[in-house]
Amino acid sequence: MSELSRLAVLGAGHVGPVIARLAVKAGYPVTIATSGDPADIALITELIVPGAQPRWAADAVADADIVVLAIPLHRFIDIDPMLLNGKLVVDAMNYWPASDGVLKAFEDDGSSEIVARRLTGSTVVKALNHIGYHELEDRARPAGAPDRRAAGVAADDLAAAAAIADLVDRIGYDPVRLENLRAGRALQPGGPVFGAVLTRPEFEQAVSEDARSFT
Amino acid sequence: MTYTFGLDTFGDRNSDADGKPLSHAQTIRNVVEEGVFAEQAGVDFFGIGEHHTDYFPMPAGDVVLGAIAARTEKIHLGSAVAVLSSDDPVRVFQRYSTLNAISGGRAEVILGRGSSIESFPLFGYDLADYEELFDEKATLFAELLKGGPVTWEGKTRAPLLNQDVVPHTESGPFPAWIGVGGNPQSVVRAARLGFSLALAIIGGPPDRFAPYSQLFQRALEKFGRPPLPVLVHSPGHVAATDEQAKAEFWPRWRDIITLVAAERGFAIPTEDSFERETGPRGALYVGSPDTVANKIAINLRALDATRFDLKYGMPGLTHDQLMTNIELYGHEVIPRARELLS
Repeated sequence: MSELSRLAVLGAGHVGPVIARLAVKAGYPVTIATSGDPADIALITELIVPGAQPRWAADAVADADIVVLAIPLHRFIDIDPMLLNGKLVVDAMNYWPASDGVLKAFEDDGSSEIVARRLTGSTVVKALNHIGYHELEDRARPAGAPDRRAAGVAADDLAAAAAIADLVDRIGYDPVRLENLRAGRALQPGGPVFGAVLTRPEFEQAVSEDARSFT
Repeated sequence: MTYTFGLDTFGDRNSDADGKPLSHAQTIRNVVEEGVFAEQAGVDFFGIGEHHTDYFPMPAGDVVLGAIAARTEKIHLGSAVAVLSSDDPVRVFQRYSTLNAISGGRAEVILGRGSSIESFPLFGYDLADYEELFDEKATLFAELLKGGPVTWEGKTRAPLLNQDVVPHTESGPFPAWIGVGGNPQSVVRAARLGFSLALAIIGGPPDRFAPYSQLFQRALEKFGRPPLPVLVHSPGHVAATDEQAKAEFWPRWRDIITLVAAERGFAIPTEDSFERETGPRGALYVGSPDTVANKIAINLRALDATRFDLKYGMPGLTHDQLMTNIELYGHEVIPRARELLS
């Protein structure tokens, strides 16, 4: 690939800057945005994600090929789905009641399926949600490294899954494609690979044995 | 450069020599003894972190610190952290201002949003409000620290109109820090409100926090504030040798992290991950005095920090093991770290 996709990371909390750093390192053009003024995250971007551009969310998304959602799930409900219309969206969020409280809208079904139902005009891929923000950068390895770790990619759209598998590979993880978004439930908190350090074969086995992947 | 060295505890429930858990009450009495002994060993700060669980039965650390204050003269005493999000900032200020009075000006406070979230359901707070609760309450706390009548209005507590909040301090605000675990926006908020920065580093390579320390100083400049100190808080355990320290700490660490993993999103520890974390690139300060002192010196430099607080203990360790840890930390680790940093 001669030119990498343009990435917009929404969220400048624990997770967003880490994903943005890895993407910058992998050579992607990266913008980062919050719900507010980009001036508020100018210093954060300069020092924590050097090489990325802080922008207003609407501008960042408009110019991006891939949008990474790295915001708390309860804030996602405030996002206008039209903002993400027509975009390839990576859902790196988690529904994690023990840590973030109960959200009624997410009590049934997989969280990314609910996100996808809300973002009717977008193509949603579940990825980068199951490795802790405190480990994501430290565990990244170049392709072929013996201790390279696997990361799941779940989507209903095959082309979208392939594009995000490529992103996951370039930022330092062996992508493991799951059959569809529903199978991505195996990547959720409480699932067999959430927070776990697994190689590709271990990861594939853990996911295939998990009941959440079926039905 | 002046460096200071502290010890923090969460009131980790002690066991006896046979591994039988001691009562909450006995554990709390032991913490008082540990705080008093920390001063004798030459430790600069003793902090107590708020927790509400069977294995960390420590919801009222300020009361315990009051007992330690009455039996000590020099050591600074503070929260590590006080979960401000689920408390009333006026009450927190009053308790630590009272501690400041009892101790003759030795109180400090480290405020946190609460990465342990057990206080939220206990006091009827919604975790979804986590961010707004802390932001408002930290803003109010900054006002309270200035002394003088406070006027404030927000969504999370009743408004204050020209309210005098007592007890007044004798010599201005006591040191106040905000604990941060990896969210850069929290770093900027600490700078905006004029709090010092406490980096809680409990996993992974500590030097990945170096940009946060730079961000803090740059943000202070941006907000027109003078430079403020950065402290590093990390868990660990000191014993006579590396082998002994690891042998004592590992099973206790494994058990507690396994217990909280689901809630906190931690990976279940393995012997490999423990080796990583206790090695030179990890976040745990477990080993002989030499090993721990070296690691402290290297990381304070890397992070441009001037204070290190070792979170000592772990549920299931004995009071004797903790006293040995404190003795070695005070008598050996601190002088060696100071020498390495000078």
